[in-house]
Amino acid sequence: MADKNTPPKGLQERMERNIWGLLIVVAIVLSVGGIVEIVPLFYLKSTEEANRFPEIVWQEAGTTPIVSVKYETDADGNALRFKTDDQGNFLKKDNGELVHDPKRGVLRTVETTWNWKPGDGIRPYTALELWGRDIYQREGCYLCHSQQVRPFRDERERYGHYSLASESMFDHPFQWGSKRTGPDMARLGGKYSDEWHRQHLRDPRAVVPESVMPGYPWLDEEDINPRKMQRHMKGLRAIGVPYSDADIDAATGLLHGKTGMDAMVAYLQVLGTMAKLDPGVVYRE
Amino acid sequence: MEATADFTAERKYDFDVVRWFTIMAVVYLVVGAGVGVYIASELAWPFLNFDNPYISFGRLRPVHTNAVIFAFGGCTLMGTAYYTVQRTCGVSLWSNKLAWFTFWGWNAIIALAVITLPLGFTQSKEYAELEWPIDILIAVVWLSFTFNFIMTIANRKSSHIYVSNWFFLGMMVMIVYLHVVNSLSIPVGLIKSYSLFSGVQDAMIQWWWGHNAVGFYLTAGFLGIMYYFVPKQANRPIYSYRLSVIHFWALMFGYVWLGAHHLQYTALPDWTGSLGAAVSLAMIIPSWGGAVNGMMTLSGAWDKLRTDYVMRFLIIALAFYAMSTFEGPVMSLKTVNALSHYTDWTIGHVHSGALGWVAGISIGAIYHLMTRLWHTEMWSEKLVNVHFWTATIGTVIYVVAMWVSGIMQGLMWRAYDEYGTLAYTFVESVAAMHPYYAMRAVGGGIFLLGAIIMLFNVLMTVRKSVSAGSLREARGTPAVAAA
Repeated sequence: MADKNTPPKGLQERMERNIWGLLIVVAIVLSVGGIVEIVPLFYLKSTEEANRFPEIVWQEAGTTPIVSVKYETDADGNALRFKTDDQGNFLKKDNGELVHDPKRGVLRTVETTWNWKPGDGIRPYTALELWGRDIYQREGCYLCHSQQVRPFRDERERYGHYSLASESMFDHPFQWGSKRTGPDMARLGGKYSDEWHRQHLRDPRAVVPESVMPGYPWLDEEDINPRKMQRHMKGLRAIGVPYSDADIDAATGLLHGKTGMDAMVAYLQVLGTMAKLDPGVVYRE
Repeated sequence: MEATADFTAERKYDFDVVRWFTIMAVVYLVVGAGVGVYIASELAWPFLNFDNPYISFGRLRPVHTNAVIFAFGGCTLMGTAYYTVQRTCGVSLWSNKLAWFTFWGWNAIIALAVITLPLGFTQSKEYAELEWPIDILIAVVWLSFTFNFIMTIANRKSSHIYVSNWFFLGMMVMIVYLHVVNSLSIPVGLIKSYSLFSGVQDAMIQWWWGHNAVGFYLTAGFLGIMYYFVPKQANRPIYSYRLSVIHFWALMFGYVWLGAHHLQYTALPDWTGSLGAAVSLAMIIPSWGGAVNGMMTLSGAWDKLRTDYVMRFLIIALAFYAMSTFEGPVMSLKTVNALSHYTDWTIGHVHSGALGWVAGISIGAIYHLMTRLWHTEMWSEKLVNVHFWTATIGTVIYVVAMWVSGIMQGLMWRAYDEYGTLAYTFVESVAAMHPYYAMRAVGGGIFLLGAIIMLFNVLMTVRKSVSAGSLREARGTPAVAAA
C-alpha cells in the first residue's frame, strides 16, 4: 500500500485512516440529536402542564392514602391475621368464628374509604389498578390501542378532551401506543359498565360482532399475591412515584379475593377520569 | 481464477462464524415471516387467537418484530459485518473466539425472546420488549461484536477504512446509546421491571430508540451491506466516493432527530415534533443520494439485471429504499401525519422498508455469500429467480393493502355526515378493514413462500458443497497451498 506513506489530506481522510479518530467523531455526531431533543424535556417547565395548572394533579398524593383500608385488630390495635382457603375465603370454625393464623394468615378488611374521587386530580394507581396495568402491558394491549387523544374535532367527539403530558406522569413506561387497530383508551373510564367490560374481555365478539380483538377469558382465573404488587409499588416509589406506606399496605385489602379481570376493569375504568379538564382552558399551546 | 482467489481468502480469514450466521439468518427469516403471517391472519380471522394466551396477538406480535429485526436482521448484520471487515481490511478477525461468543450469545438471546415473550414477560416498549436480564445480555454481546469489529479495523493491512465499515461502525455506536438509555429500568422482580422514565419523556426516549432502530440497525447497517455487496456483485467500483461521504455524515447526524415525528399532535411539546419533521424532510437528500449511488454503480452494466438474479434483489432493494425514504418524510409532515398516524399506513410504510429494502438487500447479500463461502454455485439458480418474484409480488400486495386500508381508516375516522356528526362509528372502520387484512395475510404468505424456497435452496447448496468436498478443497492443506 503505497499511499500509506503519503500524509493524509483533510479531516475526512484523516478519519478514514484512523479508526480511533473516526470512532470519536462518529460518537460525537451521533449524540447531538438525542441530547437536543430529549434533555430539555426534563427541564423545560412548559413540558408538563401541571407546572402551570397545579390543580390537575392530586396534591395529596404521597401524604394521604388514595384508599384507606382498615384491618381487623385486637383490643390493643394489633392487626389480626386469619386462615384462608385456596380461593382466599376466610375459614370459619363450627361456631362461625374466624380461625386465627398469626404467621401465615391474611389481614381482614373491615372498612375501605376512598380519599380521592374522580376529578380530584392525577394520582398514582392503586394496587388493584396497577395490577390491571401490568396485565395491560403483559397482554400487549398497547399494540392495538393508543392512549393519546389528539387535539382534533373528530377525536374530541369520539374520545373526549385531548391528552395532556401530565396525565401520564406516573406511567412507567408510557402507554401512548402507535396504532389504533382498536379505539383509543385514554378517556375510556366510565364510558361502559364494569359488566360490559367483563363480557367484552371474555368474548369480544359476543358484545361487538365486528371486533377483531382476542378474548381474554384467562383473566377470570388469575389471582395474585399482594406481596408481589407491594414489591412493584415499592419499585415505582424508588423512581419517583409518590406512594405512601399506607398506599402500599392497602394492597393486601384491595387485592384480597380479586381476579385479574377485576384488576383489568379497575384500570380501564380509571383511564382519563383522574383530572377534571375545563374545555375553556388552553392547557397546551 | 475466481475459485483460486476464494481459496486464498478461505485460508486467510475466519469464515466459519460467517457461515453459521448466514444459515441462521435464513432460518430466522422463515420463522419471523411465518409468525408475521400468523398474526396478520389473526387480525383478518380473529378466531385464530383460540383464546390461548401464548398465541394471542398481543403476545405474538413482539415475537414477530423481534424475530425479524433482531434474529434475522441481527444474524445478517453480524455475518456480513464479520465478512466485510475481514475482506476490506485484509486481515482475519481480531478474535475468532469472541466472534463465536457473539454467535452463541446472540442465538441464546433469540431463544430467550422466543420463550419469554409468549409468556407475557415484556417491558412493553416497542422493539425493546425484552426484560432486563436479557437486556443486559444484549449489551454484553453487542459490545463484544463492536469491540471485535473495531479491533479488526485497527489491525488492518489497507491504509483506508472502506465506506461499508463506516456505516457498520455508526450503527454499532448508535445502538449502544439507544439500547442503554431506552432500557434503563428498575427491576421489581426476576423478570419484571418498570421503565426509569415516565410519560412524555419516556415517549420521546422510546421513539428516539424506535426510529433509530430503523435508522441505524435497519438502515445504516444494511447500507454497510449495500456498499460492499452491490459493487462486488456488479464487479465495479462504487459510483461516487464523494456521494458516499455525504451520505454517511448526513445520515449519522440527521437520522438521530427523526424519532419525534412519531409523536406529532401528542402531548409532546410542539417544538420537538416540528424539529423532528423538519429534519425528516431534509433526510430525503442524503437517502436518495445513497440510493442513486448504489444504483448508478450498475451504470453501463444494466444488462446484468437480465442474467444476474442476485443483482435483481440488490437493485429492487435500492428501489424500495428510495421509495420508503421518500414516503417516510412525507408521512412526518404534520398534515399528512394527522391522517396517517395510528393507521395501517404506518404498517405499510414499515413493510415496504422491511420486506423491500432490508430483506431484499440481505437476501441478495446472502445469495452472494453462499457461493463465496461454500465455493460452489447455488443448487438452483431458477429457484433464486422464483424467490425474487415471490418476494417482490408478496411485498407489493402487502404494501398496497396497507396503503388502501390505512388511508381509508384515516378518512373514515374524520368523516362527517351532513348533520355535522361523525359519519362512522369506530367499529365500522374495523369491519371495513377486513378485505385488506385478508389481502395483507395473502401478500405476507407469498413472501413467506419465497423465504421457504430460499431456505431449501440454501440447505441444498450446503449439501452439494459438502458432498462435492468444495469447502474441504478450498481450505486445502498447507502442502497443497504451497504447491
